[in-house]
Amino acid sequence: MSVTAPVASTVHTVPLLEGAGLSKTFGIVEVLKDIDLTVRAGEVHAIIGENGAGKSTLMKILAGNHQPTRGELRINGAPVSFSGPVDAENHGIVLVHQEILLAPDLTVAQNIYLGRELGKGLALDDRVMNEGATKAIRELGGDLDPNAIVSRLSIAQRQLVQIARVLLVPHRIVIFDEPTASLTPHETEALLKVIRDIRAKGVGVLYISHRLPEVKEIADRVTVLRDGRLVASHETSELQPADMARLMVGRDVAKLYPDRHAAEARETVLNVENFDVPGYAQGASFTLRKGEILGFAGLIGAGRTELMEGLVGLRPGKGKVTLRGHPVAFTDVHSSLKAGVAYLSEDRKGKGLLLTKDLRTNLTLASLSKFIRGFQIDRKREAQALDTAIEDFDIRTGNKDILAGQLSGGNQQKLLLAKMMLLDPQVVIIDEPTRGIDIGNKEQIYKFIAALAEEGRSIIVVSSEMPELIGICDRIHVMRAGRIVGEVEGEHMTENEIVQLATGVNAGAGEAA
Amino acid sequence: MSTVATDTTKAPKTSKDWDMAAIAPFVALALLLVLGYFANPNFVSLANLTNVITRSAFIAIIALGATYVISSGGLDLSVGAMVAFVASLMILFMNSGAVADPMLMLIAAMMLALILGAACGLTNGLITTVGKIEPFIATLGMMGIYRGLTTWLSQGGSITVRDRELQQLYRPVYFGDVFGVPIPIIVIFVTAAIAAFVLYRTRYGRHVIAVGSNEEVARYSGISVKKVRTIAYVIQGLCVAVAVIIYVPRLGSTSATTGILWELQAITAVVVGGTALRGGVGRIWGTICGAFILEIVGNIMLLSNFVSEYLIGAIQGAIIIIAMLVQRTLMRK
Repeated sequence: MSVTAPVASTVHTVPLLEGAGLSKTFGIVEVLKDIDLTVRAGEVHAIIGENGAGKSTLMKILAGNHQPTRGELRINGAPVSFSGPVDAENHGIVLVHQEILLAPDLTVAQNIYLGRELGKGLALDDRVMNEGATKAIRELGGDLDPNAIVSRLSIAQRQLVQIARVLLVPHRIVIFDEPTASLTPHETEALLKVIRDIRAKGVGVLYISHRLPEVKEIADRVTVLRDGRLVASHETSELQPADMARLMVGRDVAKLYPDRHAAEARETVLNVENFDVPGYAQGASFTLRKGEILGFAGLIGAGRTELMEGLVGLRPGKGKVTLRGHPVAFTDVHSSLKAGVAYLSEDRKGKGLLLTKDLRTNLTLASLSKFIRGFQIDRKREAQALDTAIEDFDIRTGNKDILAGQLSGGNQQKLLLAKMMLLDPQVVIIDEPTRGIDIGNKEQIYKFIAALAEEGRSIIVVSSEMPELIGICDRIHVMRAGRIVGEVEGEHMTENEIVQLATGVNAGAGEAA
Repeated sequence: MSTVATDTTKAPKTSKDWDMAAIAPFVALALLLVLGYFANPNFVSLANLTNVITRSAFIAIIALGATYVISSGGLDLSVGAMVAFVASLMILFMNSGAVADPMLMLIAAMMLALILGAACGLTNGLITTVGKIEPFIATLGMMGIYRGLTTWLSQGGSITVRDRELQQLYRPVYFGDVFGVPIPIIVIFVTAAIAAFVLYRTRYGRHVIAVGSNEEVARYSGISVKKVRTIAYVIQGLCVAVAVIIYVPRLGSTSATTGILWELQAITAVVVGGTALRGGVGRIWGTICGAFILEIVGNIMLLSNFVSEYLIGAIQGAIIIIAMLVQRTLMRK
């Protein structure tokens, strides 16, 4: 290696990893411009920014997936250039992906050692790998059977496996890309502890997240990106979450949640009694009033999504459901949509939108019959509907011909909302309305939800983010292990109250088996 | 930004940028025509080209149905055997003398073929959707069943239209022409025009693409995935029936070996035409182009003396693999 180290690099201040003037251009779009970044040993450095701010591009440069167009990377002061992710790993930089990338049919140990299996001669040495996997999971504060099949694990457990897998590579820098996006507060807490342990070993951690309170809690330093530029880099102690939000958005985010008029006692629109979704939810009973926003809180796996999917006919379910006084039993989405009940999946990319199709196709997919003239689809009316949707829901896209997959998460959610609102549903069930969405778009989506309720529609919001439920809902039902275990309203809508119900810690001797 | 402003090649891809993959089969067709001219100048004569296109009719029409099945995320391996089965039953019906008047008999036989085709397609569809069996296995099994039934019906030999008068009456459906355009060519374009209209312009067509593109999104949007897929198989069956209707007058008979490897040719035509084998993209005119390409390759082999015509199956097999490679390269851009 040629010794052309930078001039002023006295040994003890040399950062573990340093990026100087990193820039990246895709075609004509400059997505990163002159980013200077350092990661020191034994610190957690958070990168925050709205979607499209350039966080993931920056991460991909650091992890070797992209080459910077300009700028330089240095490790311990020496310039490096990665030919690919494997090369970056060889330099000790590992990335924990946001999505869980595991083979669902393999065991915990098989996944952890996938692609780097240990063997005795030609045969695999399962004993050693199982021991290694158990040890790796223990070091992360977990306890999993190495022979457990991954598809049977919870999301949080899978993430633990994923982290254990990544940490098996000798590492100096660990990058976490929005690791808590699909975790409940409880699981998040556990993950943050894992990250503190990693930091304590002198590893440098880069932490990307939308969740500012969490950043405040875990990070030593915070760097804020906006529109591909670095707008601020501070010690975390100097910033409050509100400051971070302001820096991210570039303006004051005074109020994230819209003002809501307490819904007066209006008529019941939806009444659910003793609804079962076999294997997921039992004996669910609740009512939903006109113009109301009803929240469903609970840990992941509590059966909230499955209950809603059962109600709209996406899963087999049984119970007494009345919609505006009429008994209904939906066997498929077609019938529930026709009755005016729309469900927006938590899995926007997998179940909500056709990512490889254009916006128009996506927008009208559920309501095509409204766009038929004779035998044909009326494309002009479709195009008009798209214009209206872009306007009404503030879908930000330079080009109306792009594919849905090219929209940012927030704009995808707005498109999905627009798609369902074309059906003019009276009951709207929104599952995780703001998962993976940046603050600016979040604020807008809350506003839309409030406006829909204001119009007299009834809304159910399923969410793992308690502040969001508390911020926009009139009442919140809490689910645990497939049952609705409580309802909170008014001043009882506090995180504390919800957590107690969701985890059952106040239920005496805990869960009876 | 300004320095690279002229470089738009890597600008964000939009729905209007799929053109490369869509144009590729037509470019290939044009190149083949040029190649054919150099191999044998007679190749580009109107008579020869008309002849070639006429002969591509069976595969082209079957491949239209395959375009529906494949773009909805399915697959049908049984089409070749289905041709033999439907054709055999059609001829047996014509030989039964159930209808005295030859004209009425012919019309009844054609109707029967359409009904049988639709029924065969419906069977395939229901096995895959309601029976929840992988299309590959379901239609592989049905391929064996249709083929076996045909062999049994013909007792290993052939089944021939016996009635002379009926044969003469039926002949023009393959050999006749309207203003010089052979009827099979007219059938290709009329069928393709209807297929294109349904796929690109109607609600059902949009649903086919949605189901093939992402089954879950379709289901969550209130679309009955099973219904859409089953209907796609029925459309495939109807296309097979149309192909049978113009196939039977050509030889006036069928045998246990009728339609062998036609499934390979139909799927190849679809893939060469740019339809994605994983579903979600359907190109009707590309499929027609793909069918022409297959027939032209065979014709060039016949007219030139480079390659033995006995290698035609091997060449077609190679074409489908090459087409997949090209498709993947184009799609990645």
